[in-house]
Amino acid sequence: MALYLSKSGKHLPNLKQKFGLLRRINNNLSSCSWSCCFHHQNQPSLSPIPIGIIPTLFSFRRFESSKPDKHLGSLHNHGGGHPQVLNFPGGKVKFTPDLKFLSDYPDERVHCYRVLDGSGQTVGSNFVQIEKDVALKMYKDMVTLQTMDTIFYEAQRQGRISFYVTATGEEAINIASAAALTIDDLVFPQYREAGVLLWRGFTLQEFAHQCFGNKYDNGKGRQMPAHYGSNKHNYFTVASTVATQIPHAVGAAYSLKMDGRDACTITYFGDGGTSTGDFHAAMNFAAVMEVPVILLCRNNGWAISTPVSDQFRSDGVVVKGQAYGVRSIRVDGNDALAVFSAVHFARKMAISESQPVLIEALTYRAGHHSTSDDSSKYRPIEEIEWWKEAQNPVARFRKWLEGQGWWAPTSESELREYARHEVLQAIQVAEKVDKPDLAQLFTDVYDVPPSNLIDQEKSLRESVERHPHEYSH
Amino acid sequence: MLKNLRRAVGAIPFMRNPALASRSYSVSVKQMMVREALNSALDEEMSADPTVFLMGEEVGEYQGAYKAGFTGLGVGAAYYGLKPVIEFMTFNFAMQGVDHIINSAAKTNYMSSGNINVPIVFRGPNGPAAGVGAQHSQCYASWYGAIPGLKVVSPYSSEDARGLLKAAIRDPDPVVFLENELLYGESFPVSKQVLDSDFTIPIGKAKIEKEGNDVSIVSFSRMVGFSLKAAEILAKDGIDAEVINLRSIRPLDRSTVNASVRKTNRLVTVEEGFPQHGVGAEICASVVSDSFGYLDAPVERIAGADVPMPYAANLEIIALPQVDDIVRAAKRACYRSVPLSATR
Repeated sequence: MALYLSKSGKHLPNLKQKFGLLRRINNNLSSCSWSCCFHHQNQPSLSPIPIGIIPTLFSFRRFESSKPDKHLGSLHNHGGGHPQVLNFPGGKVKFTPDLKFLSDYPDERVHCYRVLDGSGQTVGSNFVQIEKDVALKMYKDMVTLQTMDTIFYEAQRQGRISFYVTATGEEAINIASAAALTIDDLVFPQYREAGVLLWRGFTLQEFAHQCFGNKYDNGKGRQMPAHYGSNKHNYFTVASTVATQIPHAVGAAYSLKMDGRDACTITYFGDGGTSTGDFHAAMNFAAVMEVPVILLCRNNGWAISTPVSDQFRSDGVVVKGQAYGVRSIRVDGNDALAVFSAVHFARKMAISESQPVLIEALTYRAGHHSTSDDSSKYRPIEEIEWWKEAQNPVARFRKWLEGQGWWAPTSESELREYARHEVLQAIQVAEKVDKPDLAQLFTDVYDVPPSNLIDQEKSLRESVERHPHEYSH
Repeated sequence: MLKNLRRAVGAIPFMRNPALASRSYSVSVKQMMVREALNSALDEEMSADPTVFLMGEEVGEYQGAYKAGFTGLGVGAAYYGLKPVIEFMTFNFAMQGVDHIINSAAKTNYMSSGNINVPIVFRGPNGPAAGVGAQHSQCYASWYGAIPGLKVVSPYSSEDARGLLKAAIRDPDPVVFLENELLYGESFPVSKQVLDSDFTIPIGKAKIEKEGNDVSIVSFSRMVGFSLKAAEILAKDGIDAEVINLRSIRPLDRSTVNASVRKTNRLVTVEEGFPQHGVGAEICASVVSDSFGYLDAPVERIAGADVPMPYAANLEIIALPQVDDIVRAAKRACYRSVPLSATR
């Protein structure tokens, strides 16, 4: 498969300088040979940049400049028992007489980066120091997220909203990752990242309006609850399709790169999302196109009812990075400081080196997949309870805060009371607000409403006038 | 090269005198292949707007097309604010990225309540080519034409190709641009106006290629050419056909089609795609709904055979509408007694 990107000729010099794309390729190529090339090698200056990489027998390469120092098929004999090397398409490879297969599974799994132990004590010093006010905001938002999730979930059970998705157990991933980014970084969420939006300033009232689909809903009542989106907060609207946000994030990262912006994109997905075709395409393109994207996998052990043992047989998700040529790290997703540090450095690398970074945050989905799921049907309740209590990310961070002297037990009950009150208030208000006007059925289908929709709206309004009793409000 | 051409064309004034016109014909009216029309439109739009860029596996190379993961990438770039033109080797391959075309592009402006608009163009050959078999020959006009949030256009001539592609690239909504591989090499006359870098054709407006009074033949893309040839043949038999080039599948120019049927009272629709739920079915429904009283005969629908496209050349010909099929359908609509199918 060949990828071919072309832009107007006059941007050629910009691209060469800004992105160093060809520079990197040239560096790799300096000791590579040409394979037989049946396309003309001298490009006129106005032609698009060719990037062809095909790992098949019929591959060829075209780059701006490259000095072939050996012909294809030449063998390098280093003498004295050193192995021979051949310039295959794709680079130099050393031969070996050993018939050895790479193992399907490592003897030791990739280690997991952690800063806070179970009792909230820091381990080692390899982490980013967080200011007190940032840490406090992080904690408050984690508690608010927890509270919001609990109460909205109950509201659905009471029939007040139709659907809800909680992030129970993943509060650290949500808040800490958001805290390590800037507002200019574009977020492409899955659906379990409401905390990121909360951190950025989306209010509880706004969350409630969306869940009730009322006329103040930023989404104009177009989507199911928990499908939030906000331009102002650079948070792209949640879609129900699995993993489609991953290539979107890569494409947007490409646009950021074209613009030379000091920002990256981040996209979130679960362990299940890594089994999709979109994950594969996005990872590969991100690596080849060298774009500033953070791919954060929330490996919470479950894809609805599918446990990770049925999801993949690799050592989790972190090892998939190497398969695509993407830098990756495994981090304790229940450790807010670890998540913060990992995302902080991933962002730096992504932007300064213009390359993707994969983060596998190990955690546990302490809640059900959604309100349409009862996970006790496929996993033991004791397991859920253990993770909820013993590995609670909010509790662990609180212990660290208390250790720092930044948080008192009295503040805890105050905060929880306040958060509960705010959430209940938001629900009560949202519940009473009218649903969106009829006109919102027809707007935003296109930029400008087409004539057929204008006619249909007129005809609908006439119908409502004639039979008002059949239409509420 | 294009700039030189425009200067040359501009230098020759428009001739009204027929004697002089024949001498200046070859200079004042340029012939342009559809391929050149598309390339020139792309080149001009990219030069004028730095946010326009091309992505695809067929751009400049004759490689095989594989997965369409870059469809998602293109949509992501469009979310951010660039204007991607995503090219598929054929729309058959786009099926592997159709989730992104429909769920990520078409519906997003609506689902995000206008927060995210997607100014993306998906283009590529659509429908049958010649001898490429079932998985490379399907026409997707009716599939994409059903989706709210998408605009779908299908050019016939070089003028259509230039004007519609420029309009599609400039349009803030996602546009599916259905070309035809066999038309790429066909030449059409293009006027000075068409060659202008700001030349656009409005999306949603059909063109009456040939006016007539007896029967309306409505089609798009390559079948417009076939319909025009059929009209020539019909003229010899005293049937004055009106040939309409839809140009846009969505929005469908229902008013032009209905106005034509109200004039001629007879309708023939022609398409290469499968018959059930096809473009012709929608046109028929529109006319029956809006102009029922004006129809003097049942609507005739010509479509591709209801089979996956066979490869063998003789079978492929029978599986697709031919000029004779259109002629016979028009005659049936005019109550001339003709057999329903070809007798070969």
